[in-house]
Amino acid sequence: MSIETEPTAGQPVTRSKMQISKTDVAIDVIGMNKWYADFHVLRDIDLKVMRGERIVIAGPSGSGKSTLIRCINRLEEHQQGQIIVNGTELTNDLKRIDEVRREVGMVFQHFNLFPHLTILQNLTLAPIWVRGIPKAEAEATAMHYLNRVKIPEQALKFPGQLSGGQQQRVAIARSLCMQPKIMLFDEPTSALDPEMVKEVLEVMISLAEEGMTMICVTHEMGFARQVANRVIFMDQGQIIEQNEPEQFFSNPQHERTKLFLSQILH
Amino acid sequence: MTDISFVRGEMTGASPPPNPTSGPVVWMRKNLFATPSDTLLTFVGLLFLAWILPPLYGFLIGRAVPPGGTVEQCRVENVGACWAYISSEIDFFIYGFYPSVEYWRVNIVFAMLALLIIPLAMPKVPYKRINAILFIVVFPIASVILLSGGVFGLRYVPTEQWGGLMVTLIISVVGICLSLPLGIILALGRQSSMPIIKSICVAFIELIRAVPLITILFMASIMLPLFMPSGVTVDKLLRALVGVTLFSSAYMAEVVRGGMQAIGRGQYEAAAALGLSYWKRMGFIILPQALKHVIPGIVNSFIALFKDTSLVYIVGMKDLLEAVKTKNDAIEWASPTQAITGYIFAAAVFWMFCFSMSRYSQFMERRLNTGHKR
Repeated sequence: MSIETEPTAGQPVTRSKMQISKTDVAIDVIGMNKWYADFHVLRDIDLKVMRGERIVIAGPSGSGKSTLIRCINRLEEHQQGQIIVNGTELTNDLKRIDEVRREVGMVFQHFNLFPHLTILQNLTLAPIWVRGIPKAEAEATAMHYLNRVKIPEQALKFPGQLSGGQQQRVAIARSLCMQPKIMLFDEPTSALDPEMVKEVLEVMISLAEEGMTMICVTHEMGFARQVANRVIFMDQGQIIEQNEPEQFFSNPQHERTKLFLSQILH
Repeated sequence: MTDISFVRGEMTGASPPPNPTSGPVVWMRKNLFATPSDTLLTFVGLLFLAWILPPLYGFLIGRAVPPGGTVEQCRVENVGACWAYISSEIDFFIYGFYPSVEYWRVNIVFAMLALLIIPLAMPKVPYKRINAILFIVVFPIASVILLSGGVFGLRYVPTEQWGGLMVTLIISVVGICLSLPLGIILALGRQSSMPIIKSICVAFIELIRAVPLITILFMASIMLPLFMPSGVTVDKLLRALVGVTLFSSAYMAEVVRGGMQAIGRGQYEAAAALGLSYWKRMGFIILPQALKHVIPGIVNSFIALFKDTSLVYIVGMKDLLEAVKTKNDAIEWASPTQAITGYIFAAAVFWMFCFSMSRYSQFMERRLNTGHKR
């Protein structure tokens, strides 16, 4: 398992475009708490993400990192506190939830492509039926993003005919077709064979270079070092430590962070 | 063995298999005579066929009276099936008491049904949307006008005179076409997060499913008029239709729900994360997959419905089986094999329709398989 992913030779990460806004708040989580029945999964989460930020959330399993990002597009409901995404506060109002989801793309660990639809149909479904874009235009956009993730030739196949890495790239393209303002990645490489991790990370890196606001839950510490501007470490439903990647890896402050890093970075 | 180093110089190409792997001889050796016990079973099977087939042939064909024969031929000793009886009464079996000069109206409906349903069922035929609209909207209206008449100079034929295969097909086609959408709505309602909708659907499904169809038909025929204002009568056929449809939809709902439970949470989440609304999530993502998973169950319900139509005799309708039963007592064809021939005929018709549905469902299963099974 390659924990360290070296920056691709000859393709140094261009940080020029990766501007972080100082005033434009993309996501604001204020004093958020969540319970699964009696179990307190997220405790007093405060997190402000500025437009253009690239955040990696790390932590042991069960620390609540997936639950946190799933609260941001309301796949999970929070019980206390506020979550404001692109200026819209998430409440029980279904209209607002759909409004937020339209602007927030999500990539899942297990891809979750729609197996009964072709790749092209997977990509055009939401633009056509949520955004009301004409079919021809949606297909053109879809092909653009399939080119971007380097698998335009798979457009008419079904997801079951693709490899894991290809499926995950399609899943990323599917989210991009909605032209989201924010992308959430929930362990996008954890279900992939080691040989396919790189192709997915490359797509994510290029997205970051274009200035996409991203939150990634991942164990790819090389990726964190390379593209993140902030690494957040969670344990037991709380944010334990957050810092710039360089500081985070070379000089962790909290005991729990040190233990975690010593276990994953050999 | 200290030298463990090895580097392959060239790759081995694919070679043909050593023995032929297909052909009748290979097939027989593999499937019929693989082991001594297989061989024994093969011979036992052949003996069984030799025992059962000749008498069956003798009854159905050899000693049978062919269509067009006379009743006297059917009355000889040791006669086979009396097909002459079927051919002479075939009109009653198909149309019941429908006036014979008006048979053409029923025939047009049969022809429309075939012409609309066959292209609809064949995936390659284009114009599916027009076809579906014709089938769902135009066809039922045209059929009602044609069959019952009373307008456009067509003679009025009350449903009491309808019968035979015609009634069986009307009830099953209407039942099938309505019970699936109704079942889907009930299944969605049962999964709903809205407590009132959920409890209504649960109550309906559990009530209807726990009651025999005969009871529902009885209630439809005896109790429904009690709730109606006096003077308003509900047509017998309509009662049967409502009873059969509601009964079948409760079963369908559970079949569909089973299919929905086979869909992983990830599909719901991915659809939601894209911003699709509830109905679009269900219509585009969940139901197409769920229904595909439960095609065998759905067709199972369709077949059960088709055969259950024979229970409408309870409300006084003469469906195919009841028509056959009626004529089995007809004195002019009284002969040793009259009744058994009638039942064989009814069974064969039922079997033909049900078997077609079964084959078609298998075809659809294969066609809809997009190779996503993991």
